[in-house]
Amino acid sequence: MSIANSIASQKDSKATDTMNPLSEVTRRHEDISVSVDTSKAGSASLQKARRVSLTETLAEVFFKVNGYIAIALLGLIFIFLFKEGFKSLLEISPGAFFGHWTLDFDDNKVFRYLWQPVGDNPKLSFVPLLTGSFLIAFPATLIASVVGVLSGIYLSELAPPNVREAVKPIIEFLAGVPSVVIGFLCLTTFATFLQGVTGSHFRLNAFVAAIGVSIIVVPIITSLTEEAIRAVPDDLREAAYGLGATRWEVISRVLLPAGVSGISASIILGMGRALGETMIVMMAAGNAALVTLNPLSSVRTMTATIAGELGAAAEGSLEYHVLFLVGAVLFTITFFLNLAAETVIGRMRKKLKL
Amino acid sequence: MKWDRKTSGKIFESLCRGMTIMAALVLFLVLGRIFFEGYQVITWEFLTADPVEGMTRGGIFPAIFGTVAVTMLMLIMALPLGVGAAIYLVEYAGDGKAARIIRAAVNNLAGVPSIVFGLFGVGFFVLFVGRNLDAVLGRGLIFGQPAMLWAAATLAVLTLPVVIVTTEEALRAIPLSLREGAYALGATRWQVIRGVVLPQALPGILTGAILSVSRGAGETAPILFTGAAYFLPRLPVAESPWLGIPMINPLDQFMELAYHIFIMATQSTNPTETLPIQYGTTLVLVALTFLLNLTAIAMRFVSRRAVVRR
Repeated sequence: MSIANSIASQKDSKATDTMNPLSEVTRRHEDISVSVDTSKAGSASLQKARRVSLTETLAEVFFKVNGYIAIALLGLIFIFLFKEGFKSLLEISPGAFFGHWTLDFDDNKVFRYLWQPVGDNPKLSFVPLLTGSFLIAFPATLIASVVGVLSGIYLSELAPPNVREAVKPIIEFLAGVPSVVIGFLCLTTFATFLQGVTGSHFRLNAFVAAIGVSIIVVPIITSLTEEAIRAVPDDLREAAYGLGATRWEVISRVLLPAGVSGISASIILGMGRALGETMIVMMAAGNAALVTLNPLSSVRTMTATIAGELGAAAEGSLEYHVLFLVGAVLFTITFFLNLAAETVIGRMRKKLKL
Repeated sequence: MKWDRKTSGKIFESLCRGMTIMAALVLFLVLGRIFFEGYQVITWEFLTADPVEGMTRGGIFPAIFGTVAVTMLMLIMALPLGVGAAIYLVEYAGDGKAARIIRAAVNNLAGVPSIVFGLFGVGFFVLFVGRNLDAVLGRGLIFGQPAMLWAAATLAVLTLPVVIVTTEEALRAIPLSLREGAYALGATRWQVIRGVVLPQALPGILTGAILSVSRGAGETAPILFTGAAYFLPRLPVAESPWLGIPMINPLDQFMELAYHIFIMATQSTNPTETLPIQYGTTLVLVALTFLLNLTAIAMRFVSRRAVVRR
């Protein structure tokens, strides 16, 4: 839930100034309680103080454990994906994940990138899955960036307050629409409409899926862009207006450069979300494992491959382990995208001294 | 020169406005399409009957039941854990190194693709936890197979960041003066949390709970392999061994709305014939998440005003 993500990072900025006095208070309080404990009081009150401090310790330990479980879960996801995934490396050579040599009809040696995991001689090239994933994620992020950044600018700088209050929940609702619903509409309605427009050979193709995925990504980019631009201090705005700049000049020369880290972080997060989207691409992209750069071709993504094949793969089989390896690759990519976004946001916060 | 500046500004501003209108329009198109295709199908029977004749007729009651059951079970797992973690972050850890690492982990957890949670659910909950439980109990295959329990656990991991983030927000919104007042009266930290912080944060925590239910109800990928079923001839209900009354059986598989839409649209025998049922199911799911989100937004609004008034 990248929206939650974004909310977290925004709230952090507000938190820093409220947190310090809070920890100050609790620290002072601890000093006092320590001095109470060491004072030689009557044995009854000492016992009571001990009981209180036991409850305190138990409470703290309990909450601490809850906090650390979040880290543990992320670690467990990492361990279990790679543990199962790496078992496939024991069964076949890593080169097989790239492609394989074969003879074509004229007996020439050719290198093929095939994903045919079932059968006696499975072909397990990750290349079509990777190109498929990116052939959807790139256009989706591109479309969502244009729509999201511009609407974020509109909501933060241009819209009258009552319009903003009305439109923001609408965009939030868009983020709340289940992805299976978007996928369903792409599959039943939008794909037919788009085929009429583009005249493409495949009714379900990467472009249909990219449009569907961009609907999911837009709210992420819009809300983070809005926050990033709003976080720019008012002095900068007023100084620019004072120098006679128009609204457009203030936005393009002052606010966008100042908010560029936040905006790029939102785009990176959106990209991660687009790569990880499963239901929309599974229902709308056609799922043919082709190596192509044509967005009107049917493609198969990493996510749809896992979702479509894990149910049929026998537990402990080569295909089963390979699907976990696909998941591990996907996890690694999105992990580093999230990390990059967080680093960029952290840098922005430092720059704006929030 | 001056004309140029104004024109480019105007073009840019109308472009921004146009894109915002487009984003809003997409929502109305999506909702409108689902509503007008779906509302004819919605009858009392559709909501309360079982699917019949190979799911080409009848209702979707088992899917509604399964969705409610699995999200409730998910909430039971995610809420205490998420609220506890948020309390640790805000009330204990402050801005220390531990808090920074936990926050980074939570943010990263929120960005993990949903299908990866599905893989994790199979690999960890079903095969590792479930199979080992079975091995210890030695009573055959009970836990080591897809079940509502594991689907709920997987969804709980997925929605944990939602609970943590909204609870953190709620805890932060409580004025420092309330805490200081309690400390000044000699309350310990746990007493402050129990007596002051938690009651004040309750509306915010409930908002987080509602948001996580809405999120969990809409997810499909994590439950694909951890417990959702295409069709079950019975509800996942069993007589409780202790109380002697029928209760939700977390060890059974279940039908679910989002999964039902997916499976009917892509893998059923005749997807075109059942299209009205698919639209009806979609309308039910969207109405459910929509109402949940609306409640969450309204509650957040009310609780913010309450904080301001204080």
